[in-house]
Amino acid sequence: MISFAFYLAFLLIFVVFAVYAERKTAAFIQNRLGPMEVGPKGILQTVADLLKMLQKEDIRASAVDIIPYLLAPFIVFAAVFTGFAVLPVNADLSGSTITSGVFFLLAIVSLDVLGILMAGWASNNKYSLYGAMRSVAQIISYEVPLGLSVLCVIIISGTLDLHQMSVLQSGGILSWYIISHPVLIIPFFIFFISGLAESNRTPFDLPESESELIGGYHTEYSGFRWGIFMLSEYGMMLLLSILASILFFGGWNSPMEKIANGPIWSTFWLLSKSLLLIFVQMWVRWTLPRLRVDQLMSLSWKYLTPISIVMLFVCALWKLWLIG
Amino acid sequence: MSYLGNISQGIQTTWKGMMLSIQYFFQARKGRKKESVTEDNYFEKANGTFTVQYPHEQIPVPDHGRYQLHNEIDDCIVCDKCAKVCPVDCIDIEPVRSPEVFGQTSDGTPLRIHAAKFDIDMAKCCFCGLCTVVCPTECLTMTKEFDFSTNDILDHNFSFSKMTDQEIAEKKQEFEDYQADKLKAKPELPAIKKESDVMKKPAAKPVFKPRIPKKK
Repeated sequence: MISFAFYLAFLLIFVVFAVYAERKTAAFIQNRLGPMEVGPKGILQTVADLLKMLQKEDIRASAVDIIPYLLAPFIVFAAVFTGFAVLPVNADLSGSTITSGVFFLLAIVSLDVLGILMAGWASNNKYSLYGAMRSVAQIISYEVPLGLSVLCVIIISGTLDLHQMSVLQSGGILSWYIISHPVLIIPFFIFFISGLAESNRTPFDLPESESELIGGYHTEYSGFRWGIFMLSEYGMMLLLSILASILFFGGWNSPMEKIANGPIWSTFWLLSKSLLLIFVQMWVRWTLPRLRVDQLMSLSWKYLTPISIVMLFVCALWKLWLIG
Repeated sequence: MSYLGNISQGIQTTWKGMMLSIQYFFQARKGRKKESVTEDNYFEKANGTFTVQYPHEQIPVPDHGRYQLHNEIDDCIVCDKCAKVCPVDCIDIEPVRSPEVFGQTSDGTPLRIHAAKFDIDMAKCCFCGLCTVVCPTECLTMTKEFDFSTNDILDHNFSFSKMTDQEIAEKKQEFEDYQADKLKAKPELPAIKKESDVMKKPAAKPVFKPRIPKKK
């Protein structure tokens, strides 16, 4: 319950400043300054945008299928936010102790595709429907390498509980899985790439692609409902980054074995690792161009999936022969 | 290309792109210096943020830039040359002649004509600078001021005359009285009357006739 309250508050604050960070990162990579007017160095720009967005009229096109149209953003957000239930915050706050832990997370997060499809279908608009169908195809395809790369970690740790997994990695930077088991480096990259695709981020933002689909499945949404979609997208980014830092980078463990281990410190370590990964996601977004649909599919089915199956096999051998 | 070749190319190109953009990210700590176009290294600024936050900071404009017109009305002899040369007719002058020399400009030219109206419509101005070239007393100049946008286009008409309506009426009356006195003194001479008629007509523009080369 405490971890729920923590993650909800953190997510809302995070989204406000992540949008700012995203715009600043974009600006710096493109030799610009980004928002500079609202507050010192423009730090309150997103707050101003948020206030504007909340005051906007809730426009509903006359031909929309009203019930799915109104429900969709909340299904997407609920699906993404339920994923936070199993995440630990620090050594004392373990989140929900479900035995199926990380599988529950992956399963419930995949439900957001339902909300996206509802949004695209109910908008009654060809671009929204295109976006939604691309999103479904993409998320279902990338579920496979994502799940397989998570399975590699599960083989090595022998547990599905994310809190337990963090406990197993305690003892300084050398016992983090990506360093103590270098065989997990490739699964980490597969996880990261599939995670980008899962959260509809560039270079896998085909469902939204502003330049061709004018926003994709959320074209017809405005104001608060649109904001919920945005919140879910950033929530998904945060969720996958936290998951990556728990699976590969020791979760809430400090990089030094005996230093900085208190509850506040361990929360700090978990969040700073995730925020670093989020910065990498933003850096990728402003570097790589969007993939074509066929390239997207071939990347998933021809490259990531076979490689992750091979890595699963390699991890199993590693577990059998080196850990025992 | 082979399967493994594809993978290695994908990793290499992604790595190269990522390294390139992170360089730009760190270079953004440095900003562009607000140097004038006349500086030697003006075009050598490939690195760092390029944005100039205009209302708060601006790049200095060169001294010989052609921006807003300014007329030093005390030095203006109302010769009308600027209005004649203006290709877009943006200068509107209403002269009132004076019976005698009533002052001097700063370069010693005697003042004989009052400027009842000296309006420059910057909305029409094409910033060619011809008027400043022909000005005999160099009272009409182009300043460095370029930010004079307004909400109403009529506010782009800048009025330089300092005379009040009352003064204008007085000076007009003065000159009419003088003319009438002159007519009384020499009523038999119609030449003066004729001349004043000519003066009322708008000044003729120099006509440009393009020479068309004959075909042989």
